[in-house]
Amino acid sequence: MPKMSTMNSTATNAETNTEKPATSRPRPLSPHLQVYSWLITSTLSIFHRLTGVVLSIGLLYLAVWLVIAAYYPQSYDAFADFSASPIGILIMAGWSVALYYHLFNGIRHLFWDMGKGFELKNVTRSGVAVLILTVIFTSLTWAIAMKVGK
Amino acid sequence: MGKLTPSVEAPLKRAKALGSSHHGAEHWWMERLTSIALVPLVIWFVSVVISLVRADHFQVVEYFKSPIHAILMALFVIFSFYHTALGLQVVVEDYVHSKVKKFTTLVVIKLGLFIFAVATLAAIAKMHFSA
Repeated sequence: MPKMSTMNSTATNAETNTEKPATSRPRPLSPHLQVYSWLITSTLSIFHRLTGVVLSIGLLYLAVWLVIAAYYPQSYDAFADFSASPIGILIMAGWSVALYYHLFNGIRHLFWDMGKGFELKNVTRSGVAVLILTVIFTSLTWAIAMKVGK
Repeated sequence: MGKLTPSVEAPLKRAKALGSSHHGAEHWWMERLTSIALVPLVIWFVSVVISLVRADHFQVVEYFKSPIHAILMALFVIFSFYHTALGLQVVVEDYVHSKVKKFTTLVVIKLGLFIFAVATLAAIAKMHFSA
């Protein structure tokens, strides 16, 4: 479905630009996410980037936490209250999922860098394993966090 | 990056045969090196967050008075900020196509991350050395 709509928009784009020389028309630039059909491998690859960007925001959260703890102790309770609020919990939840996904998929990448696991069957298998491990470790982490908090 | 700053780059770069990518394998290698270091550090970091998430201010400062805690957190901050800078650079290079925008975005991201990293390291040091 997304493939069709992309083709249509490209077609109209080409029609309206017929008088222009081919070189001045905007050309497709890679990576062009919307022109690919759905594959688990490509989806997991996009997730790796997405979680990486999410984690960079998480890192700023860590920075704010430690800077407040060290330099603004009078604001620490306010920060702790925010972290324990529904929004704070949501941030932590997103952070933990992104962290485990990026960790396990990153290990998958390191194996590829060593030339291991490139067979299509194994690429799909390791991808599914990454998803399962992410779910298990995220649940485990939250189970432990809840227990510690009591 | 090479083409953005022609005035400060000597023709030596061409002589070194670095090719169309304008750089060697440093970026790729450092991304891997930091990721290997981060595998155990991330697991440790999660345990720290779990143990400190409900701690009050005094307990957090107390935690970083231990040399091993302060050093491990400093290493985590250094490797993770470095890894983030390298990773975001690739994302920007892939999706920001205007040369000026690309250059500006990279400068803002890299300087911003550097400032945040130094501030975080200073915070760890302050708590570690506090009386």
